[in-house]
Amino acid sequence: MSVMQSPQTLAEKVWNAHVVRHGEGNGEARQPDLIYIDLHLLHEVTSPQAFEGLRLAGRQLRRPDLTIATEDHNTPTLEIDKPIADLTSRTQIETLRENCKEFGVRLHSLGDKEQGIVHVVGPQLGLTQPGMTVVCGDSHTSTHGAFGALAFGIGTSEVEHVMATQSLSLKPFKTMAINVEGTLKPAVTAKDIILAVIAKIGTGGGQGYVLEYRGSAIRSLSMDARMTICNMSIEAGARAGMIAPDETTFEYVKGRPHAPQGEDWDAAVANWNTLHSDEGASFDAEVFLNADELESFVTWGTNPGQGVSLSQSVPSPEDYEDENDRKACERALTYMGLTGGTPMKDIRVDTVFLGSCTNSRMEDLRAAAEVVKGKVKDPNVRMIVVPGSARVRLEAEAEGLDQIFKDFGAEWRFAGCSMCLGMNPDQLDEGERCASTSNRNFEGRQGKGGRTHLVSPLVAAATAVRGTLSSPSDLANTPAAV
Amino acid sequence: MEKILTHTGIGVPLRQSNVDTDQIIPAVYLKRITRTGFEDALFAGWRRDENFILNKEPFNAGSVLVAGPDFGTGSSREHAVWALKDYGFKAVISARFADIFRGNSGKQGLVAAEVAQSDIELIWKELENNPGTTVSVDLESRTVQCGSISAPFQIDDYTRWRLMEGLDDIGLTLQQEDAITAYEATRPLYKPKTLPAKTAG
Repeated sequence: MSVMQSPQTLAEKVWNAHVVRHGEGNGEARQPDLIYIDLHLLHEVTSPQAFEGLRLAGRQLRRPDLTIATEDHNTPTLEIDKPIADLTSRTQIETLRENCKEFGVRLHSLGDKEQGIVHVVGPQLGLTQPGMTVVCGDSHTSTHGAFGALAFGIGTSEVEHVMATQSLSLKPFKTMAINVEGTLKPAVTAKDIILAVIAKIGTGGGQGYVLEYRGSAIRSLSMDARMTICNMSIEAGARAGMIAPDETTFEYVKGRPHAPQGEDWDAAVANWNTLHSDEGASFDAEVFLNADELESFVTWGTNPGQGVSLSQSVPSPEDYEDENDRKACERALTYMGLTGGTPMKDIRVDTVFLGSCTNSRMEDLRAAAEVVKGKVKDPNVRMIVVPGSARVRLEAEAEGLDQIFKDFGAEWRFAGCSMCLGMNPDQLDEGERCASTSNRNFEGRQGKGGRTHLVSPLVAAATAVRGTLSSPSDLANTPAAV
Repeated sequence: MEKILTHTGIGVPLRQSNVDTDQIIPAVYLKRITRTGFEDALFAGWRRDENFILNKEPFNAGSVLVAGPDFGTGSSREHAVWALKDYGFKAVISARFADIFRGNSGKQGLVAAEVAQSDIELIWKELENNPGTTVSVDLESRTVQCGSISAPFQIDDYTRWRLMEGLDDIGLTLQQEDAITAYEATRPLYKPKTLPAKTAG
């Protein structure tokens, strides 16, 4: 192979290091490569049919030692010591427990200190490291790309395939550079960057691509923030998102339970330092964003590409030239109960949800707590805070964040996916409007007839104070708690 | 998997872009642990509206869905493909599919045929003007046929080959087991293992 001679992108480097066997043929007719998978994450929703498939075919789980499971999608966030009330949810959780026992898979169950959203748990344990291939039956697996891993969501058939072979047959992805240069204004966050990226390239703009986020604005972000960005790559249609590892990454991984130690650490870092797109490497597409100009970004519609700056207004169907876009706008406005031209800041919400694999880590909770500290919650708004993992919950409690949220009038819950997709009892009612730090504003996503506005943790917190979509800068004249 | 060479069935026009997998099958139906029996869950939210296309004859007996661009976006749930198949769909036609949905379709023998939006507009009109018109999807010639409209479609060679041969992916890969074992011997020692379990205490 001569692949080492020409400049490579980060994605190509990680891909090439995992080729078990190159596909035959050239160009369009080229067969897929067989790619080795370093880490397979499991949860209760997309695994039962895969385990069943293994059993029926009499196949083994090839690498239990590269596999880990947690319970997250279905789990309640209240009274977790009691049996799960919803019978089908309980069956699914129990099925995961039985399957993990039978096949020897490590499982972090509800009540365990390491339980939580699968994409929060992996990085937190130090199992997600630069240069790895990571898969999970969940589209938000792209989160792990923040470490310079090639991480992507797969369907249940592929889950079964990885279980049996620790590999996947894949055609190489195209590469897209997302360059974000400049300095973010105060109160503008990683969430605003990614929502702006999606609005710019569209929900289908990333299809077939691995996005690599680059530039000074990205380099200055913490790991928690980088995870927020990579998490929502799928919302632009991309298979994965990646950020080249650097000192920030190494610092995060170092000392975590599964981080390499001693000589292994040195060998790992030597390798990780090579994981960046080479000078002169060519991308199949490139996008530029000026961080200086970004503002808090929120969605008004029913897909994550339907977003505007918080200071702008809801668009009207007439604003669109394409007929399909016009119809999509009309339909979204009807569903959302909004009229074109309404200032976003005039929109009143019923619920604020702070959580999900997008925004439920320590930095997110700290940022929101800072905003609501000493403030009074709008009495007509309910606010639910759901830490991403049991470990995050414990850390937050050690810092007293739980008390700040409780004093403010928010509910402090146990860890899980919760209201992001409403598989557990945490759902919106018909017509209820929510400012949510999650990742999808699809029709009915957070509950039948529920209306979702995607926002950053800072906007979520400020909105809970004022009751209307707000940024922290709108709070200057808000009375403090007595 | 069953071999598919060609399929002909009633076409269902779904004039909507960005049909995400939360619409195809809402999350509440994902709690099941079986691989079949999801026909009731397909478009469950939309089917509550009596004007929804699948609540109308003859479209309720359709087997070829003709949808707007960016079909199958969002969640990776393969249940979306199972629900379409369980309902009776053999093929979905769209100008653009989300990657994960397209992959899942190929694994389950649902043909995801990529047709130019201009041709889809013509097919929509034909199906709306003459309800019950069939659509043929032919993998051999990579064309869809609807009334007098004939349009080429895109599908990658490998997926097409597997659909036409009805091949099981895992069986194919297990033929490469020696290569997998050889690769494993070259993996760096610093790569993490989940077992034995370590935690921060």
